[in-house]
Amino acid sequence: MAETMLEARALHKAFGALAATDGVDFEVRAGETHAIIGPNGAGKTTFISQLSGTLRPDRGQIFFAGEDITSLAAPARSLKGLARSFQITSIYRDFSTLDNVALAVQANAGHSFHFWRAARDEKELREPARAILEEVGLGARAEVVAANLAHGEQRQLEIAMALATRPRLLLLDEPVAGMGTEESQRMVEFLATLKGRQTIVLVEHDMDAVFSLADRISVLVYGRIIASGSPEQIRANPEVRAAYLGEET
Amino acid sequence: MILVLEQFLNGLQLGVMLFLMAAGLTLVFGIMNLVNLAHGSLYMVGAYLATYVYQSTGSFALGVALGLAGTLVVGVVTELVALRTLYERDHLDQVLATFGLILIFNELIALLWGRSAIYSTLPAYLQDHVELLPGLRYPLFRLLIIMVGLAVAGLLWFVVARTRLGMLIRAGASNRTMVAALGVNIRLLYTLVFGFGAALAGLAGIMAGPIYSVQPGMGELVLIQVFVVIVIGGIGSIRGALAGAVIVGVVDTLGRAFLKPMLATITTPTAADAAGPALASMLIYLLMAVVLALRPEGLFPARA
Amino acid sequence: MNFSARTLILLGFLLLLAAVPALAAAFKEPFYLDLFRRIMIFAIAALSLNLILGYGGMVSFGHAAYLGVGAYAVGILAHHGIHDGFLQWGLAIGASALVALVIGAVSVRTSGIYFIMITLAFTQMLYYLGISIKEYGGDDGLRLAKLSQFGDLVDLSNPTAFYYLVLGLLTLLLLLVQRLVNSRFGMVIRAAKSNEARTRAIGLSPYPYRLAAFVIAGAICGLAGALLVNQTAYLTPDFMNWTRSGELMFMVILGGIGTTAGPLLGAAALLLLEDLLQGWSLLPTWVHRYWQLYLGIILVLVVLFAKRGLAGLLPERKGGKDG
Repeated sequence: MAETMLEARALHKAFGALAATDGVDFEVRAGETHAIIGPNGAGKTTFISQLSGTLRPDRGQIFFAGEDITSLAAPARSLKGLARSFQITSIYRDFSTLDNVALAVQANAGHSFHFWRAARDEKELREPARAILEEVGLGARAEVVAANLAHGEQRQLEIAMALATRPRLLLLDEPVAGMGTEESQRMVEFLATLKGRQTIVLVEHDMDAVFSLADRISVLVYGRIIASGSPEQIRANPEVRAAYLGEET
Repeated sequence: MILVLEQFLNGLQLGVMLFLMAAGLTLVFGIMNLVNLAHGSLYMVGAYLATYVYQSTGSFALGVALGLAGTLVVGVVTELVALRTLYERDHLDQVLATFGLILIFNELIALLWGRSAIYSTLPAYLQDHVELLPGLRYPLFRLLIIMVGLAVAGLLWFVVARTRLGMLIRAGASNRTMVAALGVNIRLLYTLVFGFGAALAGLAGIMAGPIYSVQPGMGELVLIQVFVVIVIGGIGSIRGALAGAVIVGVVDTLGRAFLKPMLATITTPTAADAAGPALASMLIYLLMAVVLALRPEGLFPARA
Repeated sequence: MNFSARTLILLGFLLLLAAVPALAAAFKEPFYLDLFRRIMIFAIAALSLNLILGYGGMVSFGHAAYLGVGAYAVGILAHHGIHDGFLQWGLAIGASALVALVIGAVSVRTSGIYFIMITLAFTQMLYYLGISIKEYGGDDGLRLAKLSQFGDLVDLSNPTAFYYLVLGLLTLLLLLVQRLVNSRFGMVIRAAKSNEARTRAIGLSPYPYRLAAFVIAGAICGLAGALLVNQTAYLTPDFMNWTRSGELMFMVILGGIGTTAGPLLGAAALLLLEDLLQGWSLLPTWVHRYWQLYLGIILVLVVLFAKRGLAGLLPERKGGKDG
């Protein structure tokens, strides 16, 4: 029986009268790729933000590898191995692509109270960063200023930065958002290479990506998980079809 | 005891004036996201205009009316000419540009009325005292200030909480683009809000004239106290501005009046003489630091 | 070390500065020695602010406080008969660092407009403290009994020696800050400015680094304060006036935010501009009398229309932002 990597219990978050997360129980097993789908406004990003620590839940608990991380802030969670990519691209626009990833490497290389050596000259930061860029497919774009990357490349950079923090679990918020068909396919192929090696929680709208990558799918509607199971189970579930897939097919 | 009450009332009076300034500043920040350092200059303009009109015409009422109107005009013109472009800029640019405006305003005032303080008086009918309690005679003018200030606070609460304009203001504060998309004339709304804030500052200046000195740079001294008020009360919140203002006004006034004598009871007179005024002037900042440490968003922050 | 075009131009400026004493003597205008020394002292203050404001995005409106703390440290010791320069300047730096630590501990947690207002308020508090302590001059200030003494090392009463000391310190600090902003520490500060959410997401909490930067900047500015009080031989609470803070910010902006040369260019530009407006014979007296009016107008125009500052006029460095 695979261990539980990430678990949310009775998570609740309201904005005024609106319950964005309404008593959610959620668990992710080690090594699996668990997708979260749901109509727009279902509260997916709010949910991910609570998992990553950027938002504090009103009630409920979050466990990571058995440890209660509910009161930990985002940087601490990242250091424990919980990495996140953002739905709306959030990179260091004025730094080079390599700088971006090197910063992520640096963040996980102990404290940064080093005042003299130029960080850009440090092999122990640059080389792992280059390796990850190669892995993601951005090797040739290392010196380009991040703001000048194409949208799809920026999404790749998001993933690269998440990988650079040596994560045990990846929270990917719509990794192929805004990408064309070819780009999305390449991203999906890349994510497929991560399957098994990484535990992945994937929020996505793109159903092709979801059904080709996910081992399990949870469906979030109006802040509640209405169904959770294997892709076939979800496809067949009438409630899900009505609430979500029905609109698509 | 009477002395304490009297100083408490003085503190309330200062608080009410700080509130008028803080309300305008916090509204402008909450709604337009604009840091306006020149807010103190509008206070100064109000004081100067009122004093000038009163001394030229002999009518205090006319001084008040034209002082208010004049400050409103100056505020609106400044908004149209210089501040509009700043709404989209970051806070640093706003700070620097309005800092430049302060220099301009101070020098213009010095050009027109000289650099030394001008003497602002009250008409005879306002110089009276009122016997609030047996033994407590309090200046009528200061009492008037307190009443006017509280009335304005009430009016503001009514406008923001109960009228359509107030609703637009609150909506604009939480989502500018949405309100604009709904067809509301955002530019006009902003100019109105700014003008209103300017009028409040002008009113504070008009009331301050006869009590404090009227000189170039008077606005900045008050402005910094207003910042303390807003930090303590919470940005964007009228309630916070009132609470913060009263707290700051009372603490500052009571501190200046009683800290030295209080210290003298526990240390030597010379030590109290040296430390008393110093500590008293630092009191509100220390209070601000404490509030910041305990509740960084202020006592009554506008948004949850 | 890589010498880009910008670095060469900066070196050029420093060389020009080194030539000033000789030129001033040649043209029999000792005033210029004094002026450029003053510019360099403010350049040091400005480069300390540039560290937290330009690179760190922390809009501190209270930086002049450290000029005051540094100056008062020297002034107070001198008032009590302690003239040892090392002790005085050491205390100036130490006290400034301590004050920055205390103020920063409370303020750095905040951001945006709160940070601006809070730093301003704390500076004002120190200003009022300075005014109310009668023993050290109160409102009027205090004459410096004797300049800081460094024995045979350097005699500050010799204008040229003092000048070169300041130039040396400026060059050293420019180098130190340059290394700092490119180090791992500097990258964290710059990253936090560029995208705070992203910085937290990769596992860095900006607070300790920002606080450290705040303290370092305060300490450097304290040194500038010690230099300034020796320059003017007079100590007043006006060193901590909030308008002084505004001037420092303008130097950073005018020169160009987040650049190495910026603070020097900005200090020179602002101080020369102020000097011109106050006394240039080609300008009419009505400009001289109300020079702050014209300064204000120029400043507003610069903010509205000249975003990148003077360093933006220098040739661009390859690969993005200056380091």
